Amino acid sequence: MLSIKNLHAKIEDHDILKGLNLEVKAGEVHAIMGPNGAGKSTLASVLAGKDGYEVTEGAVDFDGINLLELDTEDRAKEGLFLAFQYPVEIPGVSNVNFLRTAINEIREYRKEDPISAKDFMARVREKSALVELDAKLASRAVNEGFSGGEKKRNEIFQMAMLEPKLAILDETDSGLDIDALRIVANGVNKLKNKNNAVIIITHYQRLLDYIIPDFVHVLADGKIVKTGPKELALELEEKGYDWIHETA
Amino acid sequence: MEAVQENKVVQFTEGWKQPDNLTSIRKEAKQALNAMDFPTTRVEDWKYTRTTRITNKTFTQQEAQVEVDAFKIDNLKCHELVFVNGFFDEQSSTLLEDVGLSIKGIETLDEEAYAELLEDTEENVFSLINKAYSTGGLYIHQEKNKKATYPVHIIHVTTGNSVIANVRHFVEVEQGAELYVITSYNSKNAVDCFNNVVFEGLVGENSSLTIDKLQTEEQTVFNISKENFIQDPSSRFLMNTITIGGLLVRNGVNILVEGANCYSEINGVYLGRGKQHLDNHTFIDHLYEHCTSSETYKGVMDDSSTGVFNGKVIVRQDAQKIEAYQSNGNILLSDKSSVNSKPELEIYADDVRCSHGSTTGQLDEDALFYLQARGINKKSAQKLLVAAFIGEVLDKIKNEDTRAHVDKLFLDQFGWEF
Repeated sequence: MLSIKNLHAKIEDHDILKGLNLEVKAGEVHAIMGPNGAGKSTLASVLAGKDGYEVTEGAVDFDGINLLELDTEDRAKEGLFLAFQYPVEIPGVSNVNFLRTAINEIREYRKEDPISAKDFMARVREKSALVELDAKLASRAVNEGFSGGEKKRNEIFQMAMLEPKLAILDETDSGLDIDALRIVANGVNKLKNKNNAVIIITHYQRLLDYIIPDFVHVLADGKIVKTGPKELALELEEKGYDWIHETA
Repeated sequence: MEAVQENKVVQFTEGWKQPDNLTSIRKEAKQALNAMDFPTTRVEDWKYTRTTRITNKTFTQQEAQVEVDAFKIDNLKCHELVFVNGFFDEQSSTLLEDVGLSIKGIETLDEEAYAELLEDTEENVFSLINKAYSTGGLYIHQEKNKKATYPVHIIHVTTGNSVIANVRHFVEVEQGAELYVITSYNSKNAVDCFNNVVFEGLVGENSSLTIDKLQTEEQTVFNISKENFIQDPSSRFLMNTITIGGLLVRNGVNILVEGANCYSEINGVYLGRGKQHLDNHTFIDHLYEHCTSSETYKGVMDDSSTGVFNGKVIVRQDAQKIEAYQSNGNILLSDKSSVNSKPELEIYADDVRCSHGSTTGQLDEDALFYLQARGINKKSAQKLLVAAFIGEVLDKIKNEDTRAHVDKLFLDQFGWEF
């Protein structure tokens, strides 16, 4: 589904990604772990198409499409979803209003008819229940006045509404208490099926107790330096990231 | 040799008709004009608005007929008073049965009482031109302790070439009464036309006056408005100004708060495109204690449009326990657009709560990226954010049909949905 080959990217004059390779197939869950400053969030931003990052080398293929050539919105329309590390507060724009706009623009891109108001509201009810997000929050302004946990649940709620092929969760566990972590993880697990894939970017192992990855990658200094099964996460937790540098 | 210099103001009005029997207001205004000149940008009050674009042109008074249905507000049952090029169009107007409401020509106004009432308000050369040469206008009177059932919609339409429309209204809401007025300024096939407006009023003790002003003229029309309102004790005044049309627009809303326990609120939304220049000057003068005033103006400027906001508030020495809030926010959508924003607070009382804030910036890039990352096109994302930005002010429009009308204008002209 996603094939990243020799990806190099920089911000201004700083090289952040230095030849990153990653293969993700439908039905898989990948965890990308690594120390601060390794380039984890840069990877998420580059894949989503955020301004300010320059790709200097390499290729990203997303189901046969050159992802790097697409605008941010078209990447989303092709089925890529980024759950933000820091979800943005947008006063005055209601959650449901903007999601309906998003769904209809995505459907238009796929040459499908707009969603009916009835079907849309039914979907809002179903998906907000999935992440135990109060229906009132769903209709409030995007993330405005939401607690940290509510913001992260709102990200997964949006993911549920948009049904992406590939979801990238960028430090979704940061700032979550254990209950919120469980709710978010349950939501992701319920959305998981054999046709979609998830990349979990995290600093800590604890989210991976709830969402079991098929592969764990260690990102250090802009490259994947080690890949292993889920047990690798535990080992990292125990030994820290320095251990990788020593063995790499 | 001595050069004889013609007065530019007199030249400007040359050939315009006045009625045979001059009222004292017309006489005095005309006389005052003899000694006046047009403001240059060296005058602080007109620093950012160059009126030579108007005053170098020649305008004439022209009666005309025009189809006005397009300018009516759908579904709104209201009194509709139509002015075309500044002349009353009785045939297109509709008056309903109402409670305590009388709408007559401005010439029926008691001039002495009027002159005394407005003694402390400022005139400028344009308002004096209007008062000397107005071709029509309304005297709207709402009787004591009566609430009008229906709003009054004054529809102004300008059409033709080089037309000046001098229209002048006065509204009086007596003690304990309540009235809702909508004034809309529109145009149809107008080229180089000038709406020179005076709208004044008295908000009586414990009464309430609400005004929604909608400016949708084509970008070939100039509009200079002078709006003076006087509030008696415990009265409530709300005015919302929505400006999307006009090539050069200068609004001047002045409120003289002449009593304690008053509430004054003025809001505005201005959206500039092309080469539009949209100027909002406001002035709230607090003379008495225990009053609240609130002011929110928001602008969105695109292309090479320019905006001006100047919000003056004076809290006089006796006006203790005043709360005066003012905010002006602007979003610039293009590199060539600009806004000059100036809050002006003069406070002479020592126990007051006043605040003002002014921001001008671009759309929040992070918010834009967030929306795009959900699959929303950049253009649509911008629209969502702009709509959210001005939505707060649009929510101040109390009448649902008027609000729907404004929403429709925005959807038709900008593709913005609320």
